[in-house]
Amino acid sequence: MAISAGAVAPETVPPAAIERPDFEIVPRKGLILVAVVGILLIAAIASNELWPLAFFHFVGGAAWTIIDLFLGFVLGPIIGKLSVPARVEFTTRLMPKMVLIMPTVVTATLAAGWQLGVHLGTVESSFPNHGWTVASFIVVGVMAVIALGLLEPANIAVLTELKKPRPNSLVIEKLMKRFIYCAGVLGVMQVATLVIMTKLTVG
Amino acid sequence: MNERRLPPVTQIGMASLALIVAGGIYLSAHLPRHVPLGPAIVLLGASILLLVGNLVSLALVPDFHWRRFFAVAKWTLLAYVIIAGLIEYSFLRDHIRGGVLVVLTLSLVVFAVHVPMLVGFTVARYDESDQTVPAPTA
Repeated sequence: MAISAGAVAPETVPPAAIERPDFEIVPRKGLILVAVVGILLIAAIASNELWPLAFFHFVGGAAWTIIDLFLGFVLGPIIGKLSVPARVEFTTRLMPKMVLIMPTVVTATLAAGWQLGVHLGTVESSFPNHGWTVASFIVVGVMAVIALGLLEPANIAVLTELKKPRPNSLVIEKLMKRFIYCAGVLGVMQVATLVIMTKLTVG
Repeated sequence: MNERRLPPVTQIGMASLALIVAGGIYLSAHLPRHVPLGPAIVLLGASILLLVGNLVSLALVPDFHWRRFFAVAKWTLLAYVIIAGLIEYSFLRDHIRGGVLVVLTLSLVVFAVHVPMLVGFTVARYDESDQTVPAPTA
């Protein structure tokens, strides 16, 4: 990746060089898998059959919840305590995969979930637990705004910074802090999702 | 890390996304009954105003790292256009028509433009700190 060379500002100490393995910000081979999932998802929505819709919604939802909980409450605090080189190495291996996994899992869960709700009538205002359904919309909405507005930009920015010949450790530190806090908030929101979804399941 | 003063693009972007999400929740909470479109239109209009304001305020930033911004934003835009297209297909599949479809489609447009803008902005704003780092010598 070509990096523009700017002027050296006075009194500015260049950050120390950070060792990091070579990586792709978006793993291109993984795009094939994403495309396959996307095609199968469209087929599931087009067929409007109960099983494929339930499969995508349950599998995607379980993956989304587990990843958020694990990242927010287990991996996040661990990453926060790692040394900078260890954190960089971990980040360059984890985050490119997250760039592909999370949008795919979230899109599959929500698109199939909505269609499943239409199929079963759970999204209709006449549904007995309609208040809980609306609560799930609100929780997902809050998670979407945090993930799209803060977490994903931070993820991409960290990876872009790490691709530079001389990554700035202060920028990485700041963005990683944002990433870890967001993951924690999303973990808490996922607990709310579990409460709502179990309530909707048992009625 | 030398951080320049920049307009609050991320905060405004999140507010804009929150408004279209609120509009979407409002509309979907009323299904399949007739939905009064007024509140959803107001939320969408406010969201579009924030998007335009965000674009203008960023365009006025002197010496912003546009090359990096567009390098990231164009690919993110492609990804979010595909996601928005999938959601739009879902709306059409469910026979959503008329004013509701227009509001939801415009909301998807805001979503598909604002998210890539936020990603491009976050990358480009920190890319500027790179200008304080000397280029590695060959």
